Amino acid sequence: MFLFIVFALIAIVAALGVILSHKPVYSALFLLMNFGTLAALYIMLQAQFLAAVQVIVYAGAIVVLILFVIMLIGGGELGSGDRRTRGTGDTATAVPASSGRRVALGWPRITAIVLAVLLLAGVGYGIITGQLYPAQGSAATFDAGSVQAIGSVLYTDYLLPFELASVLLLVAMIGAVVLARNE
Amino acid sequence: MVPTEYYLILSAILFAIGVVGVLIRRNVLIIFMSVEMMLNAVNLSFVALSRQFLDLNGQIFVLMAMIVAAAEVAVGLAIVMTVVRHKDTTNIEDVNLLRG
Repeated sequence: MFLFIVFALIAIVAALGVILSHKPVYSALFLLMNFGTLAALYIMLQAQFLAAVQVIVYAGAIVVLILFVIMLIGGGELGSGDRRTRGTGDTATAVPASSGRRVALGWPRITAIVLAVLLLAGVGYGIITGQLYPAQGSAATFDAGSVQAIGSVLYTDYLLPFELASVLLLVAMIGAVVLARNE
Repeated sequence: MVPTEYYLILSAILFAIGVVGVLIRRNVLIIFMSVEMMLNAVNLSFVALSRQFLDLNGQIFVLMAMIVAAAEVAVGLAIVMTVVRHKDTTNIEDVNLLRG
């Protein structure tokens, strides 16, 4: 229970950091922390395979892709994306973001350090006390999150969706290449 | 054992934060990340309910949602890059090609 509260607090604060920090790079890194925390929560829910997939796909691939795009289109000028709205007279939507930014000078680093230390401490505490290991032996054990159980269901009952997902990924890959091509 | 309701409450909070992010920010990349956060919040509730009912289908569904999210990110970021190349802005207020 204690571990859940720690992880939940980290997830919520990191989510607030995503929407309140004025530089997209900070947002992407807070998003990474949010995904990592969710992976820890998946382990607490005995979905070990999904936790690994969460780290690999979300934290590994998606955040890196977002960071690459931020790097390609320039992280510095992106900060003015919210500011320009105010100049064009549409103040109603721009005010909350800009006021939140003014309060928050320099807070992303402090918040990130605190959250990272908390996350490390939480994971370390979970590993030492054994709460982050899958429960074994008890009658109420739900051993369905393992790779073996997921794989046996995925390749029998859900074989068609699985194959369709591969087609979807292929189509998305071709679409991304065509869209991002430099004519 | 943490009750399932707590996970659902956390999921709802994360989803609400994502919605607020989509509504208050005008930077297209941050809106994109907020959408990702909302997808993750829904995934969390799927996994929590999968444990609640001892049913594996929820986790399979989360796996499929992750696949769709990966495809969505690839295509979405390609669209963002194309828009930035044409309009030279990341503010969605300036992107009104489809406005009648």
